[in-house]
Amino acid sequence: MMDAFTTLTAIAAPLPMANVDTDKIIPARFLKTIKRTGLGMHLFDTLRYEADGAEKPDFVLNQEPFRQARILIAHENFGCGSSREHAPWALLDFGIRCVIAPDFADIFHNNTFKNGILPIRLPREVCDTLMQDARLGENARLTVDLERQVVVRPNGEAIHFEIDPFRKHLLLNGLDDIGQTLQHAPSIDRYETRQLQEKPWQPGIAI
Amino acid sequence: MAGTSAADGKPRTLFDKLWDSHVVERLPDGTCVLYIDRHLVHEVTSPQAFEGLRAAGRRVRRPEATLAVVDHNVPTSDRRLGITEAESRLQVETLESNVAAFGVPYVPLLDPRQGIVHIIGPELGASLPGMTIVCGDSHTSTHGALGALAFGIGTSEVEHVLATQTLLQKPAKNMLVQVDGTLPFGCTAKDIVLAIIGRIGTAGGTGHVIEYSGEAIRALDMAGRMTVCNMSIEAGARAGLIAPDETTFSYVRGRPFAPQGAAFDQAVAYWRSLPSDPDALYDSTVILDAAGIAPMVTWGTSPEAVLPVTGTVPNPDDEPDDTRRAQLQRMIAYMGLTPGQKLTELAVDVVFIGSCTNGRIEDIRAVARIVEGRRVAPGVRAMIVPGSGLVKRQAEAEGLDRILREAGFEWREAGCSMCLGMNPDKLTQGQRCASTSNRNFEGRQGPGGRTHLLSPAMAAAAAVTGRLADVRELA
Repeated sequence: MMDAFTTLTAIAAPLPMANVDTDKIIPARFLKTIKRTGLGMHLFDTLRYEADGAEKPDFVLNQEPFRQARILIAHENFGCGSSREHAPWALLDFGIRCVIAPDFADIFHNNTFKNGILPIRLPREVCDTLMQDARLGENARLTVDLERQVVVRPNGEAIHFEIDPFRKHLLLNGLDDIGQTLQHAPSIDRYETRQLQEKPWQPGIAI
Repeated sequence: MAGTSAADGKPRTLFDKLWDSHVVERLPDGTCVLYIDRHLVHEVTSPQAFEGLRAAGRRVRRPEATLAVVDHNVPTSDRRLGITEAESRLQVETLESNVAAFGVPYVPLLDPRQGIVHIIGPELGASLPGMTIVCGDSHTSTHGALGALAFGIGTSEVEHVLATQTLLQKPAKNMLVQVDGTLPFGCTAKDIVLAIIGRIGTAGGTGHVIEYSGEAIRALDMAGRMTVCNMSIEAGARAGLIAPDETTFSYVRGRPFAPQGAAFDQAVAYWRSLPSDPDALYDSTVILDAAGIAPMVTWGTSPEAVLPVTGTVPNPDDEPDDTRRAQLQRMIAYMGLTPGQKLTELAVDVVFIGSCTNGRIEDIRAVARIVEGRRVAPGVRAMIVPGSGLVKRQAEAEGLDRILREAGFEWREAGCSMCLGMNPDKLTQGQRCASTSNRNFEGRQGPGGRTHLLSPAMAAAAAVTGRLADVRELA
């Protein structure tokens, strides 16, 4: 279901903001969809558009070549706020496959992996350097190599990043979490049998 | 599975005990298959999960461990008229067809038990101490007030829980937030949690589960404890916890889905084993003195931009860090403020009382106490949205609706409403709102809306004065 992530060479968009919350990424009024796709047009809606729907020319994703960006670089606490997976869906639908920031909010961080988006934590100074690179646009594509765990700058410098090995494995192979977990179905069965004996007071619900 | 002691005898926290007792399997890299006891489902974050199940030919593993309700999209006006907005209606209908197809217990819109998922879980006894509880909503942290490990998940994880009744997770770190002493006059649970967020910041709890302890927390009723745990996510922590005690047990006793009779006593015996061991270690500890807390109000567009109501709007020029200064400038511009301005000078257009943070009967009583004998200020729209149909019914039985209506409040049906503006209850461009909800992000309550977060009593004070006001001068 999920696309594997191996290497990505792409234009990166600098978004030098901290605490970019999920309402900024995708406001609640766009959560009424029952699909995963089609949210890219509303990505960063209030930062990106005037009230009348006209593009705000100052916003990075309204500028060339950043309309083609597949990497986003931001500041601290990216994705704070709600659990809406519409946030990574909107990023993905726009074309973003990798977000680089000093740190991420927990739920958003989790949600990115489930959608084949790679979140990379790098120190603030490194993010600022990469933003400087990114501002050079077309001539400054960054390469993200998940296998080697490096971001390669336009000047060839490779910057190492850390990633949870299990998540790396799932992402590199585009593996479905549920399929992985169902391999442990016998353990889940045993757990449920034991729980029924030890916590009989925790009944099921019937409306 | 007992919560009393670890295999190695090391003292454990409440979180450690909840975690250990739900590990189905520990994988070599430390990732755990974690069992989920209760899965709460609503209409906004579940359609794609059910669609995924169908596409893969999977079933819901334990429908009876699941409870679904509609809350985010629903109108808070007369429901018998149906949902006029097509997209909202489609989301509600999609949930209804999914719960029917997969046999998931569901509280329908017109059922008196319908309400905000985080209000009805505890209210119906579907959320119990000692459980793991998840929901596709970040405010699932609310249920931690019962002494349950409760956290928000994304839609892919909703699908994962539906299919496997488990999640793949690594344990969080332990943070202790201890609030000593007694809350001063005019202060509430909301002021405690806003003060905590002001102190540690919106990323202060990232990667952690926060356990709240101390005299001021112990003294809170369950409604107050839920308010505190609810906003853990606003401090970056996916879950908040409060050790179960007599207050918890007497709250749970007799609730419809809670164990009854001998089963209840057996459960209590187990729940008593859950509190953190005396020597348990935390990765970090924050200590606050309740006596130093004042009625709080947020001034900016992040919950950490919070001050005592007696405060003034900060000056960005005092901020040395460039990103932070730019953020302050942006917040001040968005909120239509001037540096140095007194918060009590700010006139409000709308007062919203409700949400999973403050939509319980205790919250409505607190509002009625301030409002009784007073009137909503001219030009102010004041609305009160009970957290559930049962809360509404209780308030009406106590005559609170009459006090509120007579004062000029709109008395509405239960739902998430203007907390996030997915239903017709929205702020318009530039409107300033005193809100008992949990997030003041740009556009959260409607495009261009300006949100000030505060307690129900403070919201009531704003309603009757027409501005942000110090409730201590009215009470």
